[in-house]
Amino acid sequence: MSDTMLEVRGLNAWYGESHILHGVDFDVKPGEVVTLLGRNGAGKTTTMKSIMGLVGNRTGSVKFNGTETIGLRSDRIAHLGIAICPEERGIFASLNVTENLMLPPVIAPGGLSVAEIHELFPNLKERATSQGTKLSGGEQQMLAIGRILRTGAKLLLLDEPTEGLAPVIVQQIGRTIRAIKERGFTVLLVEQNFRFAATVADRHYVVDHGVVIDMIPNAELEQNMDKLHDYLGV
Amino acid sequence: MLFGYNLSPILAQSVLGMVNGAFYALLSLGLAIIFGLLNIINFAHGALYMLGAVVSYLLLHFLGIGYWPALVLAPLIVGAFGVLLERTMINRLYKLDHLYGLLLTFGVALILEGIVRNSIGSSGVTYSVPEALRGATRLGFMIMPTYRLWVVVASFVICITTWLILEKTPIGATLRAATENAALVQSFGVNVPRLITLTYGAGVGLAGLAGVMAAPVYSVNPNMGSDVIIVVFAVVVIGGMGSILGSILTGFGLGLLEGLTKSIYPEASGVVVFVLMIVVLLTRPAGLFGKAA
Ligand SMILES: Nc1ncnc2c1ncn2[C@@H]1O[C@H](COP(=O)(O)OP(=O)(O)OP(=O)(O)O)[C@@H](O)[C@H]1O
Ligand SMILES: [Mg+2]
Repeated sequence: MSDTMLEVRGLNAWYGESHILHGVDFDVKPGEVVTLLGRNGAGKTTTMKSIMGLVGNRTGSVKFNGTETIGLRSDRIAHLGIAICPEERGIFASLNVTENLMLPPVIAPGGLSVAEIHELFPNLKERATSQGTKLSGGEQQMLAIGRILRTGAKLLLLDEPTEGLAPVIVQQIGRTIRAIKERGFTVLLVEQNFRFAATVADRHYVVDHGVVIDMIPNAELEQNMDKLHDYLGV
Repeated sequence: MLFGYNLSPILAQSVLGMVNGAFYALLSLGLAIIFGLLNIINFAHGALYMLGAVVSYLLLHFLGIGYWPALVLAPLIVGAFGVLLERTMINRLYKLDHLYGLLLTFGVALILEGIVRNSIGSSGVTYSVPEALRGATRLGFMIMPTYRLWVVVASFVICITTWLILEKTPIGATLRAATENAALVQSFGVNVPRLITLTYGAGVGLAGLAGVMAAPVYSVNPNMGSDVIIVVFAVVVIGGMGSILGSILTGFGLGLLEGLTKSIYPEASGVVVFVLMIVVLLTRPAGLFGKAA
């Protein structure tokens, strides 16, 4: 296997007429947790969706373990071993918690068992028969993460998993990300909250106006604080 | 006696109304499933129901294949035709307005009816009741033709089974999820285009099945679909577009209501469904079982 798991080169994406990504370049190595940081509307979600095949109009190159995915349908991309936890969480109202959890088909061995997912997120076990969208925001986020841990996908795309959540739940999600990294999963994480990102990530890419403008290793975050504040406008 | 009416003929008429209700339920169920996932109002549904009846007639007369095998074969043939239709034509319309799907399927309905009219004539042919279901069955309050009793019971069982599959199985959960957000379900690795094709085939197969069951009740003729489909669309509107359980209950309920009207005020039995539709549209536009958008 090559040294990079995900190799994104010159990625362009459009929603209808609007050109959103203008040549995004970055890499993710196996076992890494890498974040995409950037202001609102920078194109982080669009990058995630483009990797997953959820943006119809995209060009450039996205290689996963050496396989070019830019022309593939999203279900084919999923079978290569990528899974997404979308920004809006995407919990299904007409499915209960267990059905939501079991929905994504297992595409490869190596995923977590339901028991292991329940161990990470005990709430999901307690609320197994509740309607998916009756859960609290935090529980829905756990469900959205939990269901892609089952599938055996090796690269997980987590789009702002901590958005709008209480600090204890943010901590729980942080522990989860570190735990799945331990298990050998690779994570591409979109975060607004770089203080949180710093507790889980190996490297950070800064996205602005549809391009990657910088890369900062987590170890060098402190030295680059001023620059980062500048980029993110915080 | 109640309010000067003898109850037992009323009850008998209502139960007979359930025979129509059984077909309404089977047809509106298929329409609801198709509309839910494909967002297409399948105007060809009536014609495909007619095709089910015609296919079972052809199977009998050219191949000597009787009712019971036809009950399986005709829905499969109609379903396969549906799969072909979806793969070659309907799937080009998903990105367009609802109206295009409606126009296309309406056109398909006209073509099918034309072909059948040319081949078996417009007056139709008869299909006799299978041996085992001839005669009548005593129900206590009435004597009912055994075949009609079979239609009500079989269709009820099929409807409930379909509903259970949708509500209680993994494939049903996948279908419900895809109805809500097909793109996300596909990104989990589900082959949604194939799911859509098979769903259309299954919904249309249900219409074919209804057609086989209808063959011995009504004459097999090119108009049998358009006769029933207008009422079925009213059923779908009353029940609530896309609601599965709603379409089953409303189908049987409206058959009952029609039967009841027939015995109390026969002149109104042809319009009662549409009067109810107007009332429902005015008071609950999303339908009795539908969720307001
Ligand atoms: N479905 C869409 N149709 C048209 N434009 C869109 C669509 N989704 C996003 N955009 C636009 O694309 C740009 C990038 O959006 P994107 O969601 O990728 O940003 P983001 O970096 O994830 O922002 P946030 O931090 O707010 O989630 C924005 O200008 C947004 O308005
Ligand atoms: Mg976003």
